[in-house]
Amino acid sequence: MRVNDNTIRADEDLYEMQADRIDKSLEKDADHTDDSTASRVSEKFSVKDLNLHYGTFHALKDVSIDIDTNAITALIGPSGCGKSTFLKTLNRMNDFEEGIKIEGSVQLDGQEIYDRAMNPIELRQRVGMVFQQPNPFPKTIYDNVAYGPRIRGIHKKSELDEIVEKALTEVGIWDEMKDRLKKSALGLSGGQQQRLCIARTLAVSPEVILMDEPTSALDPISTMKIEDLAMELKKKYTIVIVTHNMQQANRISDKTAFFLLGELIEYGKTSDIFLNPKNKKTEEYITGRFG
Amino acid sequence: MRNKVNLAKDKFMTGVFYAVAGFFLLLLFAFAGYVIIKGFGGAKLYMFSFTRSGIGNQFFNTVYLVFLSLVISVPIGIMAGIYMAEYAKEGKITKFLRICIETLSSLPSIVVGLFGYLVFIVATHQQWNLFSGALAVAILSLPLIATTTEDAFRSLPDSYKKGSIGMGATLRQTIITVLLPAAAPRIITGVILAAGRGFGEAAALLYTAGMSTDINWSSWNLASPTCALNPFRPGETLALNIWASRTEALGADATQIANLSSAVLMVMVLAFSLLAHVLEHRIRRNMGEKA
Repeated sequence: MRVNDNTIRADEDLYEMQADRIDKSLEKDADHTDDSTASRVSEKFSVKDLNLHYGTFHALKDVSIDIDTNAITALIGPSGCGKSTFLKTLNRMNDFEEGIKIEGSVQLDGQEIYDRAMNPIELRQRVGMVFQQPNPFPKTIYDNVAYGPRIRGIHKKSELDEIVEKALTEVGIWDEMKDRLKKSALGLSGGQQQRLCIARTLAVSPEVILMDEPTSALDPISTMKIEDLAMELKKKYTIVIVTHNMQQANRISDKTAFFLLGELIEYGKTSDIFLNPKNKKTEEYITGRFG
Repeated sequence: MRNKVNLAKDKFMTGVFYAVAGFFLLLLFAFAGYVIIKGFGGAKLYMFSFTRSGIGNQFFNTVYLVFLSLVISVPIGIMAGIYMAEYAKEGKITKFLRICIETLSSLPSIVVGLFGYLVFIVATHQQWNLFSGALAVAILSLPLIATTTEDAFRSLPDSYKKGSIGMGATLRQTIITVLLPAAAPRIITGVILAAGRGFGEAAALLYTAGMSTDINWSSWNLASPTCALNPFRPGETLALNIWASRTEALGADATQIANLSSAVLMVMVLAFSLLAHVLEHRIRRNMGEKA
């Protein structure tokens, strides 16, 4: 059992350490796709007895869950059930929330995330995040995608060009974007912005992509494109997605976890959850009787 | 019937607002017109010269002093603002700091001038000099730049920071590469206001920058007390020249010199703010805010 009182500012010393690790993590990124199919254990995250408090509010209660590699795991549940909070524990984005207390074990590839030895900066490079509202920086399309590589010290133009093209191709907007790379990203449509944000995340070759209701601000066609993209991306990346949209969870995810009032009620294969839910509450929720 | 009365009231109030706005516009034009016509109307060519009898030297001193003060106040002010917005934790020290900044911003400039005289001139055994004047003006403009920077940072959407941190950027990288450029247009506005205050400052310079009008334009030896670019020489600014011409000067054309100084100062401030607004607009457009 580990106790962490995370303060709002990440440790400056850890930032220093990050510089030394850039080279190492780049090497690892380059070949991680090869070994991911062969030698890696099948679960990416292993969470045991996770408890999370915001001040006096008990937001996550004894959550234990294993998240599969190269699969899409959907987190569903009514608003305030803790699914987004849980998502944020996976890359320590909640370090920035005040008065938060986390107990239990969260492991990424067998390594404790909330351990002192884990550098949150490095963790977030491995576990990227896509947000509910598309949030491109007020920069050019090119600079948005090149942002991650640049903060990791890549400045060679030819190298950056290659990364930008690859990332935008991966999310399927290279052809639309290649002639307007120097234009501001804020001029794009919502759907384009969200795919740009995914490209920005991919540009640093993460292992996991966390998506926090990535389509809730988008129109149906853009939503469909993002869903198709997620299905495509799971071949190379592990994806955890929070969604309010039951059909979406059903359509794209391999496994589904149902949260209610901070508890993980049911977790299993998506087909099982939607066709034969074991828990009464799960059934009521997915059939739309509350939520 | 009721509606008609309301409509009439509405029209009446609209008329009142237009009248008030028109009155102030008229006042502004009348004032500016009076100063400019009086100033340039009776001006003689020699008054524009860069000699002791013209105001060219004062013009140069004004620009140079404001430049020097911005060199000091802009970096410190921006850093202070960033500290207040991003690093300072709410608590007694932050509260105290905030009170200090507020107090500093409401200090009468003559007090700052006398403080500058005691500290920069008397205590250091210097004669009056531009650098001390610049320091005094910097003290006056620091709070403005710090608070505008803080406000600019606080008004940025949280998603910029989350997006950047979520990609594994450090807080420092996030501030420098995402937040600062995004906040730049508003910070520039603050700097313009600070510069405007510097252009018009007189009281703080009385006992710091001095009232010498001597510049030897053929000497470029920085150590010389009459070299234009030597920051440690005394120098009178336009605003101070207005005061001096109207109170102490004995020449027959002193009034005309003061009028011309006022007109030049006004045109200068106007030109500067126009230029800065163009700059701000251009930056915003490049970021795609006003596509």
